[in-house]
Amino acid sequence: MWKTVVRRLIIMIPQIILLSMLVFTVAHFMPGDPFTGIIDPNVDAARLEELRRAAGYYDPLHVQYFRWVGNALQGDFGRSFAQKVPVTTLIGARAMNSIRLGIVSTVFTYAIALPFGMLSGRYNNSWFDRFVMIYNYVSYAIPTFVLALLFIYIFGYQLQWFPTRGSASPVIPKGTAPYYWDMFYRLLLPGFTAGILGTATTTQTLRNEVIDAKTQDYVRTARSKGVPENVIYNKHIFRNAFLPIASSIGFIFSGLLNGSVFIERIFAFNGMGDLFITSITSRDYSVVITLVLFYGVISIIGSLVSDIVLSLVDPRIRIE
Amino acid sequence: MATDNTLIEVNNLNVGFRFGDEYYNAVEDVSISLAKNEILAIVGESGCGKSTLATAIIGLHDPHNTRIEGEILYNGLDLTKLNEKLYNRLRGNDISMIFQDPLGSLNPVMTIYKQIEESLIYHTKLNDKERYDRVLELLNQVGIPKPERVMKQYPHELSGGMRQRVVIAIALANKPPVIIADEPTTALDVTIQAQILDLMKDIQEETESGIILITHDLGVVAETADRVAVMYAGQIVEEAPVDVLFTDPKHPYTRSLLNSIPNELHEDGEELHVIQGTVPSLQNLPRKGDRFRDRIPWIPDEAFDEDPILHEIAPGHKVRGNSWKYFHFEGEEME
Repeated sequence: MWKTVVRRLIIMIPQIILLSMLVFTVAHFMPGDPFTGIIDPNVDAARLEELRRAAGYYDPLHVQYFRWVGNALQGDFGRSFAQKVPVTTLIGARAMNSIRLGIVSTVFTYAIALPFGMLSGRYNNSWFDRFVMIYNYVSYAIPTFVLALLFIYIFGYQLQWFPTRGSASPVIPKGTAPYYWDMFYRLLLPGFTAGILGTATTTQTLRNEVIDAKTQDYVRTARSKGVPENVIYNKHIFRNAFLPIASSIGFIFSGLLNGSVFIERIFAFNGMGDLFITSITSRDYSVVITLVLFYGVISIIGSLVSDIVLSLVDPRIRIE
Repeated sequence: MATDNTLIEVNNLNVGFRFGDEYYNAVEDVSISLAKNEILAIVGESGCGKSTLATAIIGLHDPHNTRIEGEILYNGLDLTKLNEKLYNRLRGNDISMIFQDPLGSLNPVMTIYKQIEESLIYHTKLNDKERYDRVLELLNQVGIPKPERVMKQYPHELSGGMRQRVVIAIALANKPPVIIADEPTTALDVTIQAQILDLMKDIQEETESGIILITHDLGVVAETADRVAVMYAGQIVEEAPVDVLFTDPKHPYTRSLLNSIPNELHEDGEELHVIQGTVPSLQNLPRKGDRFRDRIPWIPDEAFDEDPILHEIAPGHKVRGNSWKYFHFEGEEME
């Protein structure tokens, strides 16, 4: 088991190096220089040229790359042009907000998709199965903003169950228990919305896997042992049908994190997605580049998590 | 036939599968019994209904698509009337089954220990330690080397023969009086086949259980069985003690089958007998008259009964219909 994890961690190193090169190349083609937006435009051109040279703007590409990597490893991703603060300061707190939202969405996704998939697979062609099929089509096809606005209207405006905007209350004192409870409470509506949007693939995959698994010989063996039907489904069939789901668990999480760009915008949720859109519209390149790198790393970690989970549940792919 | 030793008695059993709105019998009018301490072989070509019969006895047909008529008596209890809950108490405890494909019939994501232990969980009150000891005993009984190690392994880590031993251990867990073995050696190498058959015979002698052995391999039958029932197109066409069946077969189908395997009577270079045609599909099966008639077209029509029935021609030897009296192989004269 540990061999699998270590091996998988080692594979991550070249992946991240490649990603950083890609991001660096993209950054290189972006307009502007290190002084864009932070220096008085009336500065003499010769003086500006001198400053650029001193900052290493004309250094060979590989020198620039390694300097960037070196700084990044020390947590220095440059400064935001627009907000005049270090990028890390800007991202730090928002990253935590987004990760919290990602976790809540993932929990909602599985809380819906697992029972739906299991039951519609077990009772395929029943009315419940047909209901789940329609649910899948709708949740897959509906645009994020439509569902988000609908939920805001129903749960936030009409029923007034949830606050409709923000990730934290401006009035409750920070660091107190009610403050954290409020933070969690504010995650529910955006988390539920994003969670629903992510269910279709998992539900459909699980349903098909269950239908496939229930005709397998090992299920017949279990029956011939006198194992009750519920145990057959919850133990034998579920564990096998879950394998492809397990392999996508990390992707679901990173997907929800990336996809939360729109959710965060609509719920005015103070997360990375919201920052991403703001930075793009204000051409705040150093922030955009860092976020691209961050999302890339999240995706790589997502696939790492998937592989580890899969090797936990499927003994056949463990490296002994 | 029913005696004190009878374990299973099947009476006039029909098993029909649904296609659209119609049921088609894959097993028709089958009556057979299994005694304690006996190996009963059921032989026939693929599609003759032998597995359907076995599956019906252990109650594993999907009730939505299957219609079962007739009786399956186990110690006087009619299994066809049981609900799922009661059947589950019997399955694995009184009747258990060994399947054909040992890889497919084991759960790929459960350890060998868990899969054998499961049988004990639902039928015994043994505690953890006692279950462990029993699993160890079973693995030793089926001849698995290093059982402590194998217990922690998964099916993909074992060889085909070892897997089949595990499947047998599962079936034996609760010392069931009745064991159904559905083609237990078909998926194995010839050398392993012999080992598994020996194992099954040893176990049968040890436990005195009755075994129903489903196979299409007459070699397996000759080696293991006490009594044989030959099935063709859903019906039993001949039933006899094993030595009688091999020395004095009566029904044209049995004779054709035996004639199509090589033996010392065949001369070198002589072509083996081939039975013409194939078993008709379930929907196209002739429901009236002799079902084997189309495959022996050189036998005159007068030889076949209108409604051939299984009847005893000698003690313990039953044949369906009377066409056997007129049967000869193509190109040969009537004896």
